[in-house]
Amino acid sequence: MALIDLANPTRFLSLTTRVLPWLAGATAIAFAIGLYLVWAVAPDDYQQGATVKIMFIHVPNAWLAMGVWTVISIASIGTLVWRHPLADVAAKSAAPLGAAFTFLALLTGSLWGRPMWGTYWVWDARLTSVLVLFIMYLGVIALWRTVDDPSRAGRAAAILTLVGAVNLPIIKFSVDWWNTLHQPASVLRVGGPAIHSSILTPLLVMALAFALLFVTLHLAAMRNEILRRRVRAMWLMQAHAAQGA
Amino acid sequence: MMALSALLVRDMHLSFRVGGGALMGVLFFLIVVTLVPFAVGPDLAQLRRIGPAILWLGALLASLLTLDRLLAADHEDGSLDLLLMGTTPLELAVLAKAAAHWITTGLPLVVATPLLGLFLNLEPVAIGAVALTLLVGTPALTGIGLIGAALSVALRRGGLLLPLLVLPLTVPVLIFGVAAANAAVAGPMSFGAPFLILCALTLGSLVLGPFAAAAALRHGLE
Repeated sequence: MALIDLANPTRFLSLTTRVLPWLAGATAIAFAIGLYLVWAVAPDDYQQGATVKIMFIHVPNAWLAMGVWTVISIASIGTLVWRHPLADVAAKSAAPLGAAFTFLALLTGSLWGRPMWGTYWVWDARLTSVLVLFIMYLGVIALWRTVDDPSRAGRAAAILTLVGAVNLPIIKFSVDWWNTLHQPASVLRVGGPAIHSSILTPLLVMALAFALLFVTLHLAAMRNEILRRRVRAMWLMQAHAAQGA
Repeated sequence: MMALSALLVRDMHLSFRVGGGALMGVLFFLIVVTLVPFAVGPDLAQLRRIGPAILWLGALLASLLTLDRLLAADHEDGSLDLLLMGTTPLELAVLAKAAAHWITTGLPLVVATPLLGLFLNLEPVAIGAVALTLLVGTPALTGIGLIGAALSVALRRGGLLLPLLVLPLTVPVLIFGVAAANAAVAGPMSFGAPFLILCALTLGSLVLGPFAAAAALRHGLE
């Protein structure tokens, strides 16, 4: 089965029916391994104690917050350039998930900041740009809901997403360009990761677990969106038939 | 070129004759600047400190409110469809409309700034700095607002959607505009650095805005 077959919604539905249980299982296993590594392998910080383990939720959520906007941007290019049938389904389903990950990143970071920095919030470059990302997610979701026709909404949301993608490099490099309270990059930086493998490995496993969670939820949401559009099409056909009769 | 200048002149004529745009924008600017001392108290020293920020916020909100006049009227009477079907590149046509919009609604805000600066007890250097940063920054607000206007042009019940889409994108303009205005008055940072970044943001938005708006119009009005 070629990749092009995924463009057919019916084939996509049957594929997800087969794949989703395995993905859900893989997600659960990844979380189990990750949480074991976090509690058994990763050491407590000598200053922060066990509170440092919030990082293993905060950082993957932050990575996914930006990663999901990237996924939606790629889907938007698929909508605008190739008119891929499932591209705007993918974009619409991913937006609430991205907003949730961004919110969780902000929430866990805030809860971690209170004991560590002494404040729930500070208007430094990293926190502000992630907050702006969250508002942009909500804007995209609002645009989806305001335009009635799904394909027109898809094209409008695609343009908005691509314009908003300019925020992603700003978030990534904000800790380098400005003097921020948020710590600078430790993993994805020139010169390689700056943290020890006993912390890096659990972090990467948790990141994988959250990424699998996103893929599972995303495919499930895409299924729902395709079925929702079929229901809408049936309503329209029924209304049209009733009008004509 | 003739077509673009004709479009520019037409939009300016419409804006002056139909009226409301420039004056209402300036009035809203005045109202916002008047409301702030009611909220934060009349302490003149405090108002002087936050004056540039108040002026920038007022200008931002005032230019936001006038954005729906940019494309909605043309959409309603069909001129937008003629522009889409015409031979003039849609990006340039939309840029010409944005230029007309800025001249008729953004520029009056800049002209009103010195008077409102007096209300906020700003010293002359601060007034000059705020006016200069607004002069450079309001085209950026129009360029970015153009994207939101194009995305929401066909919506009848858009409501607050346009501000919700445009405001996150204007945050960098606001940050650097206020930073430049504050730097000119006091502080260790030079005026030049944030001001040049503000100029860069304006130039970038005058390129990005028309392209994104033209794409939005083409895809949204099929």
